[in-house]
Amino acid sequence: MNLAYREAVGEKGAKPLPGSLRVNPRLSQWLKILREGRVDVASGKVEIGQGILTALAQIAAEELDVALERIRMVQASTAYSPDEAVTSGSLSVQESGTAIRHACAEARAIYLRAAAARLDVPVDSLTVRDGEIVGGSGLRTSYWELADDALLDRDATGTVAPKSASSHAVVGTAAPRRDLADKVFGRACFIHDLELPGMLHARMLRPPSPAATLRSLDDSAVRSMPGVVQVVRDGSFVAVLAETEHAAKRAVGRLAGAAEWSEQANLPDEHAMAAWLKAQPAETTVVDTRAPQVPKPVARTVKATYSRPYVAHASLAPSCALAQVEGDVLRIWTHSQGIYNLRKDLALAFGMPPEKIVIAHVQGAGCYGHNGADDVAFDAARLAKSAIDNRPVRVQWSRPDELAWSPVGAAMAVDVEADLDSEGTIVGWRHDVWSNGHTLRPGRAKTPVLLGGWHLEKPFERQVSIDPPMAGGGGGQRNSVPIYDFMGWTITSHRVLSMPIRTSALRSLGAQANVFAIESFMDELAAEASIDPVEFRLRYLADARARAVVEKAAERAGWKQWKRGEGRGHGIAFARYKGAGAYCAIVAEVEVEVDVRVRRLVIAVDAGLVVNPDGLANQIEGGAVQAASWTLKEAVRFDRTRITSDAWDTYPILRATQTPVVEVHIVSRPDCPASGAGEAAAGPATAAIANAVFDALGVRVRDLPLTADRIRAAMA
Amino acid sequence: MLRQPAHSRPMALRTEPVRLRVNGVERTVDAEPGITLGDVLRDILKLKGTRFGCGAEQCGACFVLVDGETRYACTTEAASVAGKSITTVEGLGSPEAPHALQSAFLAEQAAQCGYCTSGMLVAAAALLARTPHPSEDDVKQALDRNLCRCGTYPRIVRAVLRAAREGSS
Repeated sequence: MNLAYREAVGEKGAKPLPGSLRVNPRLSQWLKILREGRVDVASGKVEIGQGILTALAQIAAEELDVALERIRMVQASTAYSPDEAVTSGSLSVQESGTAIRHACAEARAIYLRAAAARLDVPVDSLTVRDGEIVGGSGLRTSYWELADDALLDRDATGTVAPKSASSHAVVGTAAPRRDLADKVFGRACFIHDLELPGMLHARMLRPPSPAATLRSLDDSAVRSMPGVVQVVRDGSFVAVLAETEHAAKRAVGRLAGAAEWSEQANLPDEHAMAAWLKAQPAETTVVDTRAPQVPKPVARTVKATYSRPYVAHASLAPSCALAQVEGDVLRIWTHSQGIYNLRKDLALAFGMPPEKIVIAHVQGAGCYGHNGADDVAFDAARLAKSAIDNRPVRVQWSRPDELAWSPVGAAMAVDVEADLDSEGTIVGWRHDVWSNGHTLRPGRAKTPVLLGGWHLEKPFERQVSIDPPMAGGGGGQRNSVPIYDFMGWTITSHRVLSMPIRTSALRSLGAQANVFAIESFMDELAAEASIDPVEFRLRYLADARARAVVEKAAERAGWKQWKRGEGRGHGIAFARYKGAGAYCAIVAEVEVEVDVRVRRLVIAVDAGLVVNPDGLANQIEGGAVQAASWTLKEAVRFDRTRITSDAWDTYPILRATQTPVVEVHIVSRPDCPASGAGEAAAGPATAAIANAVFDALGVRVRDLPLTADRIRAAMA
Repeated sequence: MLRQPAHSRPMALRTEPVRLRVNGVERTVDAEPGITLGDVLRDILKLKGTRFGCGAEQCGACFVLVDGETRYACTTEAASVAGKSITTVEGLGSPEAPHALQSAFLAEQAAQCGYCTSGMLVAAAALLARTPHPSEDDVKQALDRNLCRCGTYPRIVRAVLRAAREGSS
């Protein structure tokens, strides 16, 4: 539900301006020149561990011609930040970066005009160097001397061209991350570290299972425990408020034993998810079709089914939020990806005018999509409304709640079919994907979608996740349309309408499973035709940027020099994220004994103009390592009633000793628009590993994760 | 329906003094019985660098050194380490006098969100104290109890090897 999404669903009010200036045209919303020699830059996009604030500062410094150190990125708040919807979809450089680039270019021109007037010289005789404005014959002034908010209190016109890539001096350099020193020296910088005067510590007592409701609660013993201030119960929404975190933790443990719940065995069989998905009521949409100009005779048709399980965000930190009621204003501190969208849902939930809710962003741990951040903000807000003496409330989820109650990435099943002619050429292609929707983000529906709102005495209706339209990147159908030049295809999405486990956006949405299916199937077809998998892909790829990354990955991996060995395999996979973003090709090398060990990932990426090459490499590496973790190890586990994977031993993720060597090779395209890269590696990494496992063993595992059990079953 | 306590006088906290030696400084804190070292560091001493991740000895975000050995602050009772020497990430070094590991993490840009960083640094400091010149495999083994969800393990391992190469602080 970034801006691209909003426009795809036809929200009105946008102006024909670049990036997020379309909906936030006021220049003063984006930047402020300060007399003390600093520039405050406000983005509506937020730091979630991806380094975006460093990249955006580089863009601002570049266009203004000031040193990077002079740029201060302002904490996002609904009190003053531009509304850029959600930090998602690998779109922050496109949306916010483009806006900042143009806003700063225009601000520079405005300040140059003011300087020309003051110095009484023509504008084009002026140059800017680190904010100093110099004319001929020694005349000079500066942004700082001219600093005047009135100058930027106007709408952007979009008429000032930003710099061309060839004159970039800051953009394109590996500027160090601006937030890392705080982390390396252990400073208070996360939302978990924030303290408000007089605040209470709250712990939630969540139901034991997704459909459970609270039958009875005897809180008398807990209320008399030392440090306990209140027990708040509203239907099945229960929390303890205490003077300290320690007291809250102890009390909620005791309270759990004093609660009786009604549970329902309404979860599917975790071992038969593909069948379950295909049997549910669904909204079926043809995503894309292409008919061959001259229908070719079909000699035979091949088919395969692939699947992935529910996948958890598994953020390293528990979700956390703070809230306080001050008069008629509700203040929230959150690590949400979308402060304005969260505000819309809180306004609905509490029947408040949005302007009476002020939400500030504070960093949380790494965020890979719609995790528990919005939900815990609701918890904090709801509890702040009940807190005695309007004391501020800090809520930190437990680790089990973080794993069991954050929204999860949807389980998916994908059927792929290819029609081959007598020479083995692909002449037809069908792709059907079954999945719950991939977004349940706040700010869209008529009632709030926040978890706690579903547990209240008067609960809000439980909503089913939706999929953004393809123009906004798609959800379950993301990357379902092949990039290959097949003659014809039909791509169909089945959005499953039963949702016993709450799903929402997880890094790459449906792209991981769709790319896994397409790229595994391409590999199967190549093997059947006895054609090298790299060569096979290139036969169907005309796009020069696509060919370049495939060739680069193969070359850097030494694809042709690969030496076979017992239990060793290599595999390649490729995708262009959303069909419109970064191109990414990955060669994986694995060893298989009992478990799969990924030894090496060689990655080629083309993300257009690169703002910060090290930032790009870090995102691609991290995305590939996380995808390796999904691929080898991860599945949300459940019985017919409860989520059972609520700790790191029941939801294991990749560890240091299991991590491959990762090489990232950037194909630089300074003349192509910058595209985000946080999600580009997910699908290709998954499929490359699966293809390498096939190469090692000669058997195909089509269901994720590729655990020892799955491999044993495939070999049998 | 909201239930307010009928007899609404919250019970006061019970505390007892505990003497701790944190980053070389003797501190006496009024600690609730059973409180963890992590909660004392974060909530009483305001040393927020020790992060809370799981409360179950499963992620390593809360690692501190107790007499030079890594310990999970999230489950260690504060009273059980009274009188012992505790080092947190803040005690490893400062911007003015960084530990070699801190410099190396910055040089390698070895983080994304940085939530695991404190625990990684502490575990790596324990490794370098006993094995000043570790192999890559030694580093991976030493960090195997520390989870990173952003996938920055390769950078972190490089940073630890760089710190070992470039010497102690």
